[in-house]
Amino acid sequence: MKLVTAIIKPHHLEQVKEELYKAEVNLITVSEVLGHGRQKGVTEVYRGFKETGNLLRKIRIEIAVNDNFVEPTIKAIIKGAKTGKTGDGKIFVVDLAECVRIRTEERGGEAIG
Amino acid sequence: MKVSRLVALCCVLVLSSAGLCFAAQSPPAPKIDSGDTAWVLMSAALVMLMTPGLAFFYGGLVRRKNYLSVLMQCFIVLAALSIQWVLLGYSLSFAPGTSWIGGLQWIGLKGVGFEPYPSYSATIPHQAFMIFQAMFAVITPALIIGAFAERMKFSAFLIFTILWATFVYDPVAHWIWGVGGWLREMGAMDFAGGAVVHINAGIAALVAAVMIGKRKCFDKHSVPPHSLPFSVLGAGLLWFGWFGFNAGSALGANALAVNAFVVTHTAGAAAALTWAIIDWKFNGAPTMLGTISGAIAGLATITPAAGYVGIISAIFIGVVASILCFAAVSFLKHKFRYDDSLDAFGIHGIGGIWGTLATGLFASKAINPAGANGLLFGNPKQFLIQLITVAVTAGYALIATYILYKIVDWAVGIRVNEDDEAIGLDLTQHNEHAYTILD
Repeated sequence: MKLVTAIIKPHHLEQVKEELYKAEVNLITVSEVLGHGRQKGVTEVYRGFKETGNLLRKIRIEIAVNDNFVEPTIKAIIKGAKTGKTGDGKIFVVDLAECVRIRTEERGGEAIG
Repeated sequence: MKVSRLVALCCVLVLSSAGLCFAAQSPPAPKIDSGDTAWVLMSAALVMLMTPGLAFFYGGLVRRKNYLSVLMQCFIVLAALSIQWVLLGYSLSFAPGTSWIGGLQWIGLKGVGFEPYPSYSATIPHQAFMIFQAMFAVITPALIIGAFAERMKFSAFLIFTILWATFVYDPVAHWIWGVGGWLREMGAMDFAGGAVVHINAGIAALVAAVMIGKRKCFDKHSVPPHSLPFSVLGAGLLWFGWFGFNAGSALGANALAVNAFVVTHTAGAAAALTWAIIDWKFNGAPTMLGTISGAIAGLATITPAAGYVGIISAIFIGVVASILCFAAVSFLKHKFRYDDSLDAFGIHGIGGIWGTLATGLFASKAINPAGANGLLFGNPKQFLIQLITVAVTAGYALIATYILYKIVDWAVGIRVNEDDEAIGLDLTQHNEHAYTILD
């Protein structure tokens, strides 16, 4: 089991969701976050707009998947969020120690899907 | 007892015949009345507040990335069209001219002074009438914003709005309200702007919505309002301002103003209640959005009728307004798949048409002796006149808006590009965010 976390631009969310559904990844947690990458937000200035403290609005997506779904998930996120320009975001994949579905108390791979 | 009655009757007869003789000789000299002037000035301020009110009403309904763009569009209309009005618009609309358009003699308010202009109102300074009308000229184009919200380029919006005010609002206002205007001469009754304001803006909204095309997300998922409480605030301000809009259109602090005030309030209330009930029946719950939509529909609908109809008619007009507007918003829009984003046509267009026709049905000389009776009071001709007024206003607004849209689209491009639409108009058009996240 892996936890896939992606940081993307807010207006890419709809497209990413669509691609994830196409890849049959239907469980997703989304939150609104602030952050910046190695350009410290500077090169992402939009038409001279200056963000306070160079923190930019981003969307964080978290998806817990079984190992065979890791690549399809990554590919779907890239497909939905890639423009080739600075600021498209990042994807992190980490091992997931456990997963419990509260309703049934199922554990592990059973609980994820 | 009998004798005193007889004496009183004689007095009345003598006095009224004296009055008749006087009237036959020369009309009473116009004289400024302080009560009338105070009420019209106050009403102008009330109507001014409707445009920021509309901004909140519309602003709450869009996504938060486009919130400021809607507030800004409404606010800039207030600024830009107020200047257009004093420089040119008032003259085109209200100066004596041909039956089609006002003359140019009042450009820059030349000759529009502090003496009354009796053709419009004999008891208030001419400039008081002018500034009251200015607020109507401001809010009418602002209503159209609801049709193309979340996707129109600001520069294009500004040019389109000024052109629309000059070539659509000003002529139509002249036809119906101006001295010598051909619909006015024909006997069209539009007390506070059912045709001039609501049909005009509503049809323009439909044309604009169809031509600019759907928002990118329109077919994929519904666009939830980002803050309904703001819309409720806006609806409250609109309702409050509408007393100036309709009761102020009596142009005096008098019984007619009171009638307009009462029927306006009543129709708004009846329509709000009706929409809530329809919602409850068809959608399972009475919604806040539905209730305020109903209120606005009722208020828009009673606008042309406010000075001509009584209380029971007002309730009927309000109830039917909500039924028709609900049908337009819930069925018509989805059947024909046009993205009238905030229902400017569905509420103002449909409401304005029904209200203008209803005036031809329910108008009564018992309410306003200066008006005419409607169909239900034995005068079918008035209904025909109202029907012509609706058709002419809608037809002209449709064609003229189409042409102006094409011109502006050719000149600067109407719609923002796809990226800008996705990022949102606040950031891409105004370099601002409505909300911060951390601070």
